[in-house]
Amino acid sequence: MKAGGLREGDFRIPSGCAVAGIMNEDGKRFNGEKIVQAISIMRERSNGLGGGFSAYGIYPEFKDYYAFHVMFDHEEGRHGTETFLQESTVVVKSEAIPIRKQLSMTDAPLLWRYFLEVPKSRLNGLTEEDYVMRLVMHVNDSIEGAFVFSSGKNMGVFKGVGYPEDIGRFFRLEEYEGYLWTAHGRFPTNTPGWWGGAHPFSLLGWSVVHNGEISSYGINKRYLEMFGYRCTLMTDTEVIVYLLDLLMRKHNLPLDVACLVLAPPFWRDIDRMEENRREAVTALRMIYGSALLNGPFSVIIAHENEMIGLTDRIMLRPLVIARKEATLYMASEEAAIREVCPYPDRVWTPKGGVPVMARLNEAAAVR
Amino acid sequence: MALVKHDARGLSFRELNERLHRLVADGIDIIDLVNVNGHRYIGTGLAKPVRLNIYGTPGSDLGAFMDGPEIRVNGSGQDAIGNTMNSGAIIINGDAGNVLGLSMRGGKIFVRGNVGHRVGIHIKAFAEQVPRIIVGGVAGDFFGEYMAGGRMILLGLDRRAGQPVVGDYVGTGMHGGTIYIRGKVEEHQLGKEVGLVEMTEEDYAVLQEDLAEFTACFNLSLPEIMREPFAKLVPLSHRPYGQLYVY
Amino acid sequence: MLNFLPSDFSVLIEPESCIKCRRCVRECSFEALVFRDRVVPDHSRCVACHRCVAVCPSGAITVVRNRLAFRQNANWDEEIIKNVYKQARVGGKLLTGTGNDKPYPIYWDHLLIDAAQVTNPSIDPLREPMELRTYLGRKPSRLDFYHDAGGGFKLTTVLEPQIKLETPIIFAGMSYGAVSLNVHRALAAAARRAGTLMNSGEGGLHESLYSFGENVIVQVASGRFGINRAYLERAAAVEIKIGQGAKPGIGGHLPGEKVTGEISKTRMIPEGTDALSPAPHHDIYSIEDLRQLIYAIKEAVRYQKPVGVKISAVHNVAAISSGVVRAGADFVTIDGFRGGTGATPTIIRDHVGIPIEMALAAVDDRLRQEGIRHQASLIASGSIRSSADVLKAVALGADAVAIGTAALIALGCQMCQKCYTGRCAWGITTQRVDLTDRVDPEEGAERLYNLLRAWSLEIKEILGALGLNSIESLRGSRERLRAVGLTGTEMEILGVKPAGR
Repeated sequence: MKAGGLREGDFRIPSGCAVAGIMNEDGKRFNGEKIVQAISIMRERSNGLGGGFSAYGIYPEFKDYYAFHVMFDHEEGRHGTETFLQESTVVVKSEAIPIRKQLSMTDAPLLWRYFLEVPKSRLNGLTEEDYVMRLVMHVNDSIEGAFVFSSGKNMGVFKGVGYPEDIGRFFRLEEYEGYLWTAHGRFPTNTPGWWGGAHPFSLLGWSVVHNGEISSYGINKRYLEMFGYRCTLMTDTEVIVYLLDLLMRKHNLPLDVACLVLAPPFWRDIDRMEENRREAVTALRMIYGSALLNGPFSVIIAHENEMIGLTDRIMLRPLVIARKEATLYMASEEAAIREVCPYPDRVWTPKGGVPVMARLNEAAAVR
Repeated sequence: MALVKHDARGLSFRELNERLHRLVADGIDIIDLVNVNGHRYIGTGLAKPVRLNIYGTPGSDLGAFMDGPEIRVNGSGQDAIGNTMNSGAIIINGDAGNVLGLSMRGGKIFVRGNVGHRVGIHIKAFAEQVPRIIVGGVAGDFFGEYMAGGRMILLGLDRRAGQPVVGDYVGTGMHGGTIYIRGKVEEHQLGKEVGLVEMTEEDYAVLQEDLAEFTACFNLSLPEIMREPFAKLVPLSHRPYGQLYVY
Repeated sequence: MLNFLPSDFSVLIEPESCIKCRRCVRECSFEALVFRDRVVPDHSRCVACHRCVAVCPSGAITVVRNRLAFRQNANWDEEIIKNVYKQARVGGKLLTGTGNDKPYPIYWDHLLIDAAQVTNPSIDPLREPMELRTYLGRKPSRLDFYHDAGGGFKLTTVLEPQIKLETPIIFAGMSYGAVSLNVHRALAAAARRAGTLMNSGEGGLHESLYSFGENVIVQVASGRFGINRAYLERAAAVEIKIGQGAKPGIGGHLPGEKVTGEISKTRMIPEGTDALSPAPHHDIYSIEDLRQLIYAIKEAVRYQKPVGVKISAVHNVAAISSGVVRAGADFVTIDGFRGGTGATPTIIRDHVGIPIEMALAAVDDRLRQEGIRHQASLIASGSIRSSADVLKAVALGADAVAIGTAALIALGCQMCQKCYTGRCAWGITTQRVDLTDRVDPEEGAERLYNLLRAWSLEIKEILGALGLNSIESLRGSRERLRAVGLTGTEMEILGVKPAGR
C-alpha cells in the first residue's frame, strides 16, 4: 500500500470534523445533491484536507457482487491488484470510476471499481465475508500503491483530499441514486494529504463518518489485533469500523447491544437497572471493556439497511437529529439539516451515548 | 443408610464430581462408583462422613482438600492422593503413586501395596488432629520429606529378594512427627535432619493399635507383621535450619 | 584476631536536650540504647528505624550514617566489604527483608503519561463521572444474548466467577507470621472499606478475619498452612503462590520462635515448630501439575471463586504466564524483582528475577498474540510506589496492581530492612506483643484507606487529563505512554514510543 512520502499509518493524526447523514426508511432513492448541499453548509468545520461520502443502494444492477473501490498510486499497483483479484475472485466487471476534474483538487490517484463474485470453492471453511475481509487486508497491507476503500455490496464510498463539496462534484455524485447517504468534511491537525486517509472508512457493508478523537485508541487497536484486524491507517475511524464488524458480524450482537459496548452506560446507572439488564450490561462492560470508545466523538455509522448516530457517553461532540416523514437526518449542526429540509417534523439532540437509528422498513429492505 | 451405585464411564471428572456432590446433598451415605478410570478429585471438597467405594483407577488428587468422607479404592490410585486433606479416610487395595498425603493435616491413608516417591511430604499435625499414613508395601525416595507431624508407618510386605523397604533421603527436612519402618533402614538412606532412635514399649503400643486397624482393612495377620522389628525415625531438631544465616 | 565491623549508623543524643525520660530506651526493640545515668547508644545495634527519634519528646535524638570513611571505591563499596566480614565470621547466608535496594533501572521513572490538549478535551474528574471499577476473573471472548420480542435481552453466556474492585489496587500477599495480626486486621478493614481486596499471604487467615472473607484472597502456597475447607470457602478468591519477586524459586520458613499460639492456630501447626515452605509445591513439578492443583481447588470451592496463580517475574515469564493461563488460572499475579519480603537471602533478593515493567509488558503482549488475554486478569506487583506507577502498570496491560511495601509504609514502616529479625520497632513485622501493640488496627485501617483513596483520586485526575472517564480505556493502551532515556530494545519490549514521537 505504501509508496513514498508520509501518510496515514505512519503516524496518528488527530482531527476535528463535520458529519452528515440522510436516510429514507422507505428505501426511496435520491441522488447525491442533497448530501453534498448539507455537508457544504458546514464548511467551517473542515479545512479542505479531506472529504467523502458513502452511498447505499447505488448499484442495483450489481447488487449481488462485492463492489471494490480501489485507489492506485500508479499503474503497477493496479496491475498487481487486478492480478490478485483475478486469482482470488471472479471479476464480473471492472472500470475506472467516472470523475470530473476539479481545479481545486490535485494529486488524484487512479480510481477504479470492480464488481466481484467469490467462488464457494475458494472459501476453505471461511465465511464469504471473512474471505473478502482478508482480500481487503491483503491488498491494503501488501500491494504497494493500492488501497481498497470500499468493499460492500450495492454501496460505495467516494472520498479524497479536498472540501467535501468539491469531492462530490469530482465523483459526479448527482449521477448516483441511493436511499442512504453519509458525508464527512475533515479538519485534521496535520495531514500528509493522502486520499485514503479521508472518511468515510468502510469495510464490507460498513461505513463510518466520524467527528472526534478516540482517546482509547491504543487499547481499541490492540484489542482488535487479537481478532485478526490490522489497523494499518492508525485512525480512530478505522477502529470503529472494525469494532462494529467484530461485534455485529462475528459476535452476532444486535446493533443496540453493540452500541452499549461502544458507549456503555456508567456503572452508577447500570447498578440501578432491573436485574436482567444489569447482569447483561455489567457483563458487556466486563468482557468488552477494551472496545469502549472513550473520548469525544460523534459518529454516523451506515450499514446495508440502517443508519446509526452515536455520540460518546458525555456528549463531547455535537450531533443533531431530524425527521421528516420517512426520512431521518443527522448532522453535526442543525443548519446542515435545515439547508436540505427546512421544515422537519421534529428536531432533537440525542442523549450522550444513546444511539439513534434509522432502519429500512421491512417492505423496502433491499439486499 | 441410603445407597446408590453410579457409573462413571463416559463422564468428565467435573460431571462425575458434580453428581457426587448432588447425591451427597440429597442425603445418600454410601455411593458405589464403578468404571472409574482417571477421574480426578473424587471426594474433593466433600464435607460429610459418607462412604465412596471406587471400582477402577481413580485419577490424581483423590480426596484433595477432603474433610470427612471415607473412600475405598478397589484397585490402584494415582498421584497426590489426600492432598491437603483435613479429615476422613482413604483406603487403597492396590498401589499408589507419588506425593501421597501431601500436607495432610488429619485423617488416614492406608495403602495395601507399594507407593511412589515423596510420600507423606510435609504432613502436619495440629491440636487433636494426627494424620496417619500406613503403607503395606515399599516406598520410594524422600519418604516423609519435610514431615512436620503425624505418623507414617511403612511395612515392606511382599518384597522381592534384596528389594529395599524404602528409598533414599527418608525424612529429609523432617521437623515433627514419627516414622516407623518395619525392617532395616541404613544410615545412608536417611535425610540429614532425621535420626534413628530406640523403639519403646509405648511405640509398640501405638503400632499395635494402628496396625490392628490396617490389617483388619486388608485381611492381614497382625501378629505376623509385628514379629519383625521396627525402626523409629524422629527429627533431630524442630528447627533444622537455624544456623544458616548471618544477620 | 581483631574483629572489626564498623556500625552502619551513629545515634547522636544532644545532652542539653535530653530529659532522661528513657522512653527511647524502652521503645528501641533492637536494644541499641541503654540507660546508665544518661542514654548511651550502642551504635552497632542501630538499624535506623527512627523509633527513638519519633518518640523522643524533646527532639534530642538523631540518627546519621556512620561517618567513618572507607576509601572511596566504586567496586568494593562499604556494604560489600562489610558483608565479607560478616560471612567470614559466621559462614552463613546473608539475610534481609523488604525489596531490592540496589540501583537497578526503575522503568516506571522512564515512562511519561500523555494528556489531552485541544483535539480531545480533558475531563474534570471532580464534577464528571470517572470510573475505576474493575472486575478480576476469567472472561469469555464474546457474549451471547437471548432477545425477546419486546426489544429486551438477557445474557445467556454463563460467566465464570468475577470479583468487583472499586479501585484497581489490592493489597499484596503478606502472611500472618511475616506481619502481625494487627497488620492483617488493618488490611482487611481497609480493603472492605475501599471495596478492594487484601491477600492473606501463605500463613492462613486468623479466625477473627473470616468475616472479612469477601475482601480476602487466600493463598495456597507450598507449605499449605492454615488451609481447610472454611478457609477456601470464605475467601473471595484463591491464589496459588508459586513465587515471590523478592525470592523467585526459593522457599522460606518462619522460625519456630515466631510460631506463637495464635499463629500456630492460624497456620494449623503446633506451637514452636518451624513453618517450612518448600521451594516448589511438591504436587507441582510441571505445567500440567499446576493445572491439576488449580482444578483441585476449583473442585473444592465448587467453581464458585476465581483461582489465580502468583509467579515471580523471571526471564521466561511470558511463556510461563501463557502456560499458567492455559492451565486454568483465572488471574495471574506477576511479582517483579523489586518486590518486598519478610525474609530472604540477600543474594537472591538483589540478583534474581526481572523488573515488573518488562515482565508485565511481555506477558500482556504474549497473551494477546495468543488470543487468550481475556482468559485471565493480570495483577502486577513488585514495587508499586505511587498512583503514577499504578497508572503506568495499567497502561502497560495490568488489570490491577498489588501493593505490599507501600501499605506497610502507610502503617509506619521506615524501610530499615530488618523485618526478618522479628524485632520490628514499629510493630509491623513482629509477633512480640509489646511491639505488635504499636499498630492500632483501626487507625492503621484508616491510614491504609486514606492511601487507597488518595491514589484513586490521583488516578482519576490523570485519567481526566488523558480525556478518559473509565479505567478500562487506559488498560493496555501503551499509546498513552512515552519513554525517556530508554534504548530501542527496551522501548520495543515495553511497546512504547520515545517522547517526541
